[in-house]
Amino acid sequence: MINKISASVAQALEGIKDGATVLIGGFGTAGIPVELIDGLCELPVRDLTVVNNNAGNGDSGLAALLKAGKVRKIICSFPRQADSHVFDSLYRSGKIELELVPQGTLAERLRAAGAGIGAFFCPTGYGTQLTEGRETREIRGKQYVLEEPIYGDVALIKAECGDRWGNLTYRMAARNFGPVMATAAELTIASVHDIVELGELNPETVVTPGIYVDRIVKVERQATAAGGFAR
Amino acid sequence: MANYQPRSKEEMARRVAIDIPNGAYVNLGIGMPTTVANYLPKDREIVLHSENGILGMGPAPAPGEEDYDLINAGKQPVTLLPGGAFFHHADSFGMMRGGHLDICVLGAFQVSSTGDLANWSTGEPGAIPAVGGAMDLAIGARQTWVMTSLLTREGASKLVETCTYPLTGIRCVKRVYTEFATLACTPQGFQLIDLVDGLDKAELERMIGLPVQDAV
Repeated sequence: MINKISASVAQALEGIKDGATVLIGGFGTAGIPVELIDGLCELPVRDLTVVNNNAGNGDSGLAALLKAGKVRKIICSFPRQADSHVFDSLYRSGKIELELVPQGTLAERLRAAGAGIGAFFCPTGYGTQLTEGRETREIRGKQYVLEEPIYGDVALIKAECGDRWGNLTYRMAARNFGPVMATAAELTIASVHDIVELGELNPETVVTPGIYVDRIVKVERQATAAGGFAR
Repeated sequence: MANYQPRSKEEMARRVAIDIPNGAYVNLGIGMPTTVANYLPKDREIVLHSENGILGMGPAPAPGEEDYDLINAGKQPVTLLPGGAFFHHADSFGMMRGGHLDICVLGAFQVSSTGDLANWSTGEPGAIPAVGGAMDLAIGARQTWVMTSLLTREGASKLVETCTYPLTGIRCVKRVYTEFATLACTPQGFQLIDLVDGLDKAELERMIGLPVQDAV
């Protein structure tokens, strides 16, 4: 019998190693796997590379992971926010490495990793600082930059509903990076608000088929506030 | 003495809105471009895209009705119109890059006469770089329009011959909507689309410091 349901967040997070590349879903207040990030903060892991759209807000969640000194490098599109002071000070003091990637290129590099694409030519950022020194090619009169996949060791994502096979649905704009990150990691861990019996999810509406998901864990729904993590 | 009034921010938003045709799929960037949504002509169906995976984005919810799973690119709560859809990030940016969006409207630090855009970084030493979806949008939409004040606070023109700030995209801007005039970026330089009443082209050229071709 396949049963991807973990009894607790701690159990779901077992096996994450030092130096792992951790893909973390979420955009703004939507789709951040807060409980999984908090659980990761508790683990004695270090030298992580984190892939997220941002670089943490306030002092909780991803910011707490950074503050705990567990992250060596962050790959993101938009680290600078009104309340990104934890990242800001680590970056300014040279304690964290930043790879800045245009948001769509970030998504597509993850997609490429999950889809077995070795590299791809992307027009975004051609001729800008962010692609300086990179291989380029003109294709049908348009300029492109070679982009490589971003492979995750672990993906932490937030979904809405799952079953024991790991099939997932999402809620509104909380979907964001979840489905692509799920495909791009060796070990994909999803928090869900509901776990249902096999067959209860409408197969027409499953967004992430269970093949991409290794573990799911149920967490309580919490109210989130604008611009930050669940309190 | 010059006898003209710059467009207010509301008038600029209205000016952009009237150029968006019925049926268009449009992304409105963070900041001033977002306000264009408030002035879209009521008799047109225009579908708004949000980079975080929304088509058919509606206005802000009533106070107390906010749902923080339903936010825009600026992370503000929004609503979904009937017919709206959700999708993941790779699809959302594939829509841009693949040329499926008709128009995106962005802010700018500088726009060159041939349509280079600088809007993500002022290149200040020590500043933390952040690009978000700016580069994807700039080169992805079929038409990229810029909405910006023509002059900086210090009175320098944001419309330039060559951008001095780090570029977002090359030859990607089609039109610039400012408080004084609307201009097209062409391989031959800026071309006039309209001017506020009372402003003549010579005065506009003096403000920009570059020649502006006549409207066609």
